[in-house]
Amino acid sequence: MMLGDALRDQERDLRGFRLRLVFAFILVLLACGLLVSRFVFLQVIAYESYHTQAEANRITIVPVVPNRGLILDRNGVVLARNFSAYTLEITPSRLSSLENTLDRLSDVVEITPRDRKRFKKLLEESRNFESLPIRTKLTEEEVARFAVNRYRFPGVEIKARLFRDYPLGTSASHVLGYISRINQTDVDELENEGATNNYKGTDHIGKTGLEQQYEKELHGTTGFEQVETDAGGRAIRALSRTESISGNNLILSLDINLQQVAEQAFGERRGALVAIDPATGEVLALVSEPGYDPNLFVDGIDQTNWDALNGSEDRPLNNRALQGAYPPGSTFKPYMALAALELGKRTPQSAINDPGFFNFGGRRFRDDKPGGHGYVDLYKSIVVSCDTYYYMLANDLGIDAIATFMAKFKFGDLTGIDIKGEKTGVLPSQAWKQKRFKQKWYPGETISVGIGQGYNAYTPIQLANAVATLANGGVMMRPHLAHALQDSRNGKEVLVAPFKERTIALAPANLEFIKNAMAGVNKEGTAMRAFAGAEYVSAGKTGTSQVVAIKQDEKYVENKVAERHRDHALFIGYAPVDKPKIAVAVVVENSGFGAQAAAPIVRQVLDYYLLGKRPTAPAPETTDEEGD
Amino acid sequence: MINRLWHYFSDHIDWPLLLAAMLLAIAGLTILFSAAGGEGSEKLHTQLRNMALALTVMWVVANIPPQHLMRLALPLYVLGLALLVSVALVGEVSHGARRWLHLGVGRIQPSELMKVAIPLTLAWYFHRNEGASRIRDYAFAAILLLIPVALIAKQPDLGTALLISASGFFVLFFAGLSWKLLLGMALAGGAAVPVAWSFLHDYQRQRVLTLIDPTSDPLGAGYHIIQSTIAIGSGGVIGKGWLNGTQGHLDFLPERTTDFIFAVFGEEFGLSGNIILLLLYLIIIGRGLYIAANATSLFGRLLAAAVTMTFFTYAFVNMGMVSGILPVVGVPLPLVSYGGTALVTMMVGFGILMSVQTHRKLT
Repeated sequence: MMLGDALRDQERDLRGFRLRLVFAFILVLLACGLLVSRFVFLQVIAYESYHTQAEANRITIVPVVPNRGLILDRNGVVLARNFSAYTLEITPSRLSSLENTLDRLSDVVEITPRDRKRFKKLLEESRNFESLPIRTKLTEEEVARFAVNRYRFPGVEIKARLFRDYPLGTSASHVLGYISRINQTDVDELENEGATNNYKGTDHIGKTGLEQQYEKELHGTTGFEQVETDAGGRAIRALSRTESISGNNLILSLDINLQQVAEQAFGERRGALVAIDPATGEVLALVSEPGYDPNLFVDGIDQTNWDALNGSEDRPLNNRALQGAYPPGSTFKPYMALAALELGKRTPQSAINDPGFFNFGGRRFRDDKPGGHGYVDLYKSIVVSCDTYYYMLANDLGIDAIATFMAKFKFGDLTGIDIKGEKTGVLPSQAWKQKRFKQKWYPGETISVGIGQGYNAYTPIQLANAVATLANGGVMMRPHLAHALQDSRNGKEVLVAPFKERTIALAPANLEFIKNAMAGVNKEGTAMRAFAGAEYVSAGKTGTSQVVAIKQDEKYVENKVAERHRDHALFIGYAPVDKPKIAVAVVVENSGFGAQAAAPIVRQVLDYYLLGKRPTAPAPETTDEEGD
Repeated sequence: MINRLWHYFSDHIDWPLLLAAMLLAIAGLTILFSAAGGEGSEKLHTQLRNMALALTVMWVVANIPPQHLMRLALPLYVLGLALLVSVALVGEVSHGARRWLHLGVGRIQPSELMKVAIPLTLAWYFHRNEGASRIRDYAFAAILLLIPVALIAKQPDLGTALLISASGFFVLFFAGLSWKLLLGMALAGGAAVPVAWSFLHDYQRQRVLTLIDPTSDPLGAGYHIIQSTIAIGSGGVIGKGWLNGTQGHLDFLPERTTDFIFAVFGEEFGLSGNIILLLLYLIIIGRGLYIAANATSLFGRLLAAAVTMTFFTYAFVNMGMVSGILPVVGVPLPLVSYGGTALVTMMVGFGILMSVQTHRKLT
């Protein structure tokens, strides 16, 4: 009975199951019917249209590459532009034999072995099956000669393409950077950003400097065109076209005239200069000497030029303004003095009698001036740059108090300027040394930090940012090069708003005292010759930073030291004193005293910016004695 | 002696199924040779090696009686689930999705294991509760199914998640899920579309939108569909002939040896070729359902039916996607597309079918 029920149940289940199998099979047949009707539609009803598209006139989607935005200085001078030129391009997938085609092609237009090598390299790196340039910048005559022979070369075409050009050459090269051919790394990055489609047809991408930083804005939006092509792959007519949108123009805060005045002021010397508008953080000039010609990179730099640039002892590819870390030397003293006032360790009246040295822990720290400066108060310590005063002050403050105070001015910290590659430099502290060397800090090491030597190392942009902050009453504006982005279609500008980085709380009286002392430097102190007869009141501080340590009882004698081991000359300053419009920091490598080599460069920069005076020769080296 | 050896190898082979599968595989190798163009021989060799491996695996599985397969169900499921969880935690990201797991020797894609484990586990579950299947059994089975599916969908690999849900759903369906409930689910599913839409990734939405209007994104997602429909359509009734396809050979077709190989097939062999291919698939489906109908245990019935229907789903989704009536999801054409993993998974399914068919008398 029970068994019988179970059997009946099972049989009913089995019938139900088989019913469902039939149902499923019917669904399968319906699905197959759907596919077949789709195939019939594609392969029978719409066959003609698809056949036409595939065979006689293959339709290809051609990206319409947008014009790259221009880069202009604050007065509208063009720093980076595009020009169009003819290129001879090959679509390798349409050729039966590449070698053969190249051989025949070289009878019509000149193709050097170097062109071939470059093309092979492109072929290996290229994405999909694009057309690749075998020759760029064809002459009119070459274009004409190829046009006559065109029928012999299916898969080879003349195309008009836009090229990037930097009309001012080496000028501001580190600021502008350059664009160059997209490589695999760029492709991966674009893929991660999901921007691959927008770069179809684009061959170049910003690699360094502003070209890299503002790549997105400069590039624009790629359009596309549906094109009918014949069997040889040549476009016959466009079916539809979506226009590309040109990239935005980038208008800089940089004043290219000022930039060039500064560059020329360096003459043949190496170094860096940064000029900032203290009230806004706009970078007015950013120099790294020597520069390089960015035009060399646009279509792939050749080995000879690359070796020359990359192998040069002068390191022209380095952006010293952002990446060079230099001990600030005596340009550190105004900040040390400000720290002393703020922390209550000194008053303006605090004075010492300078014997010309400071003994600490059995070591003698010498002043630059043999015999010392005599009676020195805080004002005079800045104006004559008295080392002994700061040896003692550093000892009284202690390294960590110094580090905490200096960090407010972003010494040893990224300023956030809008170019990649900024280095942090070194703001020494106990914690830093422990982390860097796994060693404890020795109090003796604090002494030379007081005069900007020792482990101290800051970039020129940090020095400029700090002095601009000082000039701006403790309000730090983030330095930036972009002034506005201009829509290339309607000329509408979107301004880059000044960004207040931070406000450093400083007692107004203390700030006033330091500014007054820095004005004293240019009026009656170490930079007085460099600024003699200026028609404005400026403030500054000279500095000299040691490249190699000198022995305790040895006097540094400039001409005895190998050129590369000579001291760096530094100067920081701003003007006009009552309402600062420009703050400058400059480092001149291996050229001795700051007062002699660096201050005159700043004089020329200020003269041009404030008075419009153009210098006629590189900045002279003045004979301000005791430069430190 | 030879006779015994022959029996040893052939006792558990289902010849009609193997024959149809081999014909499909030969069609696949033929078109792979064409699609791979210059690199033909290399890919052909690899695929032949994959085929040998897959056949061996199929033979091994076919020799395992269903009741032993049943014992493997739960361990495989637990292992698969553990691997999926580890993928979610430490998996390797490739093309924006976290699907791969590094295991010293190589990397594996645990979702592939789940394609086998899900039908096995669910069939085992219903078999265990045979005669007493109530609504809460279906609910529990649905939960067993949805946990791995959710993990795979999260990777995100929506295509695989959908296909695995389908395989699980087939077991539920053949186990006797009530028709009323099915109708209700269909209605609810329709209503849930707008909700599901909001959970989709941008690229997944784009695929659906592109399906509706491929020309909206001709440089991106729409490119595949435009090019593959041109390829198929231009094949006409008899096709352009083997090795004579232009779309495929001029590199208009992306993924032309793997997911889009059917476009090359359709271009070179035309409507007639497509119909023959479909017929081969139908023979396999028919044979699979026949095996299910004659299976002696509930486990065997459910498993055979679900495996067969899943196999068809793969073929249908792939051909539907390449011919432009389904969105682009990364599904290979079974037994035809280039690639070893999917091939082995398919052949495991065939092994299961053969096991169910050839162990009837023994149980």
